[in-house]
Amino acid sequence: MSASHDPVDPAHHGHGHGHGSRRGYWIGTLLAIVLTVLPFWLVMGNVLRDPQVTAILIVAMALVQIVVHVVSFLHLDTRSEGGWTLLAFLFTVVVVFILIGGSVWIMFHLNTNMMPMSGPSAAMG
Amino acid sequence: MPASRCRQVREMSTQGHSAATTIADRDTWHLAEEDDHGHDHSGGATYIGFWIYLMSDALIFASLFAMFGVVSTSYAGGPAPREIFELPLVALNTALLLASSITFGEAMPHMEAGRVGPTRIWLALTGLLGAAFVCVELYEFSNLIAEGAGPQRSAFLSAFFALVGTHGAHVTVGLIWIVVSLVQMSRHGLSEDMKRRVMCLSMFWHFLDIIWIGVFTFVYLWGVLR
Repeated sequence: MSASHDPVDPAHHGHGHGHGSRRGYWIGTLLAIVLTVLPFWLVMGNVLRDPQVTAILIVAMALVQIVVHVVSFLHLDTRSEGGWTLLAFLFTVVVVFILIGGSVWIMFHLNTNMMPMSGPSAAMG
Repeated sequence: MPASRCRQVREMSTQGHSAATTIADRDTWHLAEEDDHGHDHSGGATYIGFWIYLMSDALIFASLFAMFGVVSTSYAGGPAPREIFELPLVALNTALLLASSITFGEAMPHMEAGRVGPTRIWLALTGLLGAAFVCVELYEFSNLIAEGAGPQRSAFLSAFFALVGTHGAHVTVGLIWIVVSLVQMSRHGLSEDMKRRVMCLSMFWHFLDIIWIGVFTFVYLWGVLR
């Protein structure tokens, strides 16, 4: 988190929020397109017989694509703003996983352990 | 840039270490920041502040995703995702939003070089793609509601409309922001303040595309697989 580790880089001076190189941007763009087309192709083309494998693959590709976007479009790296943006991002990732994973996990078990209901509300699941 | 800024702050803090709490010191600190702000368009506090806002917005979407995850199979006898989601439409929307992210990326080097014309053209193109995205989404929503699959039909559909609708509302706000930026740019050109605003707008726009990755994966594709 210390800011002492990079001396003023003349090439970077005046570049505001640390733009990545154009090359990094284009690699990111290509990866983003591929990682968008692949999951749609897998699901719409019904390529794999096993929907569970397809589900795991598309989730993995979504996670990779999110990282690609954050790095090449939002220019998140260890240096910008002395590392504070990275720290805030990692904290958010942890909270997001606890929030989503925890909610789904707890509610799934509550649902499973629920006494069978009768009447019209039973269909609410 | 952040390094030079931090170095200045560090210099100020060593100079004023003995009397850090006096008003005079605070004045000096502000003067230094003004000066810093003048000669490189850092606006460091703005970027980190805006970043924190984006992170808090991510938490809003996280709670909407969590809600959707919990009730995603609670159809209440209503339609299941497989019956109502039209993936070609979603693929079109995804392509529009990704393309708009790319065109915004094209605007940034022009903006940094201070070329107002190309910046405005790329930004306008981004706005058009974003507007097309919102139109397709509204068309999808109206179709669903016409089929009787409105937000009041089941918990699954309530969560769906809340999540996707919140994202669409964000994109709409982004569109307004783009129009305002285009008008401001035609009047004031690309001042340092303007560059800082467009930089924040680009972060906002790319952030919305990242949220959409979660939407098309977990809501649409996953839903159709189930």
